[in-house]
Amino acid sequence: MLTLTKKFTSAFSVSGMEKPLAEIIKNELAPVADAIETDPMGNLLVLKKGKDSSRKVMIAAHMDEIGFVVTSIDGDGYIHVSNIGGIHAVASSYQKVKFANGVTGVIVLENGTKAADISVKKMVIDIGAKDKKAAEKRVKIGDVCAVVPMLQKLGGSRYAAKAFDDRIGCVVAAYAALHCDTPAYDTWFVFTVQEEVGCRGSRPAAFRIMPDYGIALDVTSAGECGGSAVTKLGEGAAIKIKDSSVLCSPMIIDRLTELAKEGDIPYQYEVLTAGGTDTSSMQMVGAGCAAGCISIPTRYIHSPVETIDMKDLDACAKLLTAFIEKGV
Amino acid sequence: MEFFERLKEYCDILGPSGMEDLVRERIIEDIKDSGAEYEVDAVGNLVVFKKGRQRRDKKLLVAAHMDEVGFMVTYVGEDGYLWFDTVGGIDRRVVSGRRLKFCKNGIIGVVASKSIHIQKPSEFGICEPVSEMNIDIGCYDRESACKLAKVGDCATFCPNYEDFGDGLIKSKALDDRFGCALMVDMINSDLEYDTYFAFNTCEEIGCDGASEVCYRIRPDIAVILESTTAGDVCGAPEGRRACEVRKGAVISHMDGGTIYDKELVALALEVGKEQDIPCQLKNIVAGGNEASAFQKGAMGARVLAISAPTRYIHSACSVAAKEDLISVGKLARAIIERKI
Repeated sequence: MLTLTKKFTSAFSVSGMEKPLAEIIKNELAPVADAIETDPMGNLLVLKKGKDSSRKVMIAAHMDEIGFVVTSIDGDGYIHVSNIGGIHAVASSYQKVKFANGVTGVIVLENGTKAADISVKKMVIDIGAKDKKAAEKRVKIGDVCAVVPMLQKLGGSRYAAKAFDDRIGCVVAAYAALHCDTPAYDTWFVFTVQEEVGCRGSRPAAFRIMPDYGIALDVTSAGECGGSAVTKLGEGAAIKIKDSSVLCSPMIIDRLTELAKEGDIPYQYEVLTAGGTDTSSMQMVGAGCAAGCISIPTRYIHSPVETIDMKDLDACAKLLTAFIEKGV
Repeated sequence: MEFFERLKEYCDILGPSGMEDLVRERIIEDIKDSGAEYEVDAVGNLVVFKKGRQRRDKKLLVAAHMDEVGFMVTYVGEDGYLWFDTVGGIDRRVVSGRRLKFCKNGIIGVVASKSIHIQKPSEFGICEPVSEMNIDIGCYDRESACKLAKVGDCATFCPNYEDFGDGLIKSKALDDRFGCALMVDMINSDLEYDTYFAFNTCEEIGCDGASEVCYRIRPDIAVILESTTAGDVCGAPEGRRACEVRKGAVISHMDGGTIYDKELVALALEVGKEQDIPCQLKNIVAGGNEASAFQKGAMGARVLAISAPTRYIHSACSVAAKEDLISVGKLARAIIERKI
């Protein structure tokens, strides 16, 4: 699982530019896939056939991460940007960033910005260009960048990295796809695009599949210093009850709980008051489906040092595998 | 008919969201002899299929919306004044003191605003919200007013298409009648490839028409022709202008609703360069259009938006340059003549 985590977190995959990561995942899963499709938005859909093909399961994890898009370049060669997704402005300030074409820069704040006024509007990127002309040779309007990847082992089984949201969801889904026995039903592992800008990719993907059951995999807030705890790091897979986009289907919540108890898999419940997930796209597609979400406790979400416990990842993978193999 | 003559006539039709009938009837009149097949769906979208000399592997659809922003009566007061709300996003500062025209019977109303002589000092320089404005239709009580207008009736800014200054035009409804007029010209010409054209309803209230068209037609590629806000107005810094009038067709890489298909954006820029069509990239991330509905509706489509830079959009006097509209038309045409 750690190998997959390292591979997935090192890729560039800002919303709208998920192709490199999709390629990596595709290569990883090709040996076990019964079919692989890519749709017009760039969602990657991987099928594993089940014992019972009359029903379909969709597993969704998003490949994209937050980032910045170039909106203009000024006379001094500074690059002005807009956010892609919910940028954590304080955490992103004075970081090293990398563009899709490899150009590296540093993201800085306008001179004199007070701590309380830190926002994306105050951010510019310095790529070391002496003027507009020099900058335009390397970067143009519409180009996209993100904070450079980093994966750091902390104590015990804990790690910090950029974009664990939602690479570890992809890791859990890919791991389950690689290691599960024949699924109960036809199971589509979907690696979605553009979740961070409003769960856009999962909608057409869900429409294509029209699943009977849907399970999303995404991160959720774990207790941080000085904050209230939605979930606790290291205490197992979080079975989602709700977030601001969805009220999870009770039959999925109950089934996941049952499977966790049966398999001695550590679990906890998650009630999230903010943030949306691909769960909602699946639940509301076509005539509707029973959808839920297994969340991975994560600290400091949308910062370059998102922190997880590998033990939780194991629990999530086990729980997902149990659902795929045993069905409802 | 010459393009700008057509545009003038289209702009002067009244067609707020949900009341696009007059626009649609006129468009059908203009395309019915083109040999194209067309169909109107339950919510009023007009979809046209024009056969080309060749079939296309992918289904390509060009879209523009027929509706414009407007006003709807919410209450008729005892004194004969009408209370109203906006249909679509209109800044209250461009509403006060305007002339409006009602769709059903063509009567004129003026948005009542207290003249400076009778304002209290605390009211100086304040623009009240639309919910506190009234339309005066020249009636003296509820009974007489109800003969002319009732709750649910719609109006738009008065038709006012004009040539303007050096090669510019102004109108209440350049957004998006110019897209409609361009598509009508394309439908009336010979095309290389099979192409769908959608004239959509209700874009201004959330792209509802486009969503329905998307589920029905299921395009693989959708090209949106739109107006987009030009920020070359007094005081706007260069990096925050979105786009500028007279600088060519606007290609969006990202806006409030869509991250556009990278390959189509690159293709549009390349075609522009090749054929010497002036193009500019939109340089702020804001606004949105029907691309968002097509991109994630049904099984999803690859999307591109080509827009005309338009100042003072969603007001009585949107302003655009003729040369930019021509650039948008040329670029759209060049792209649909490609086998993508």
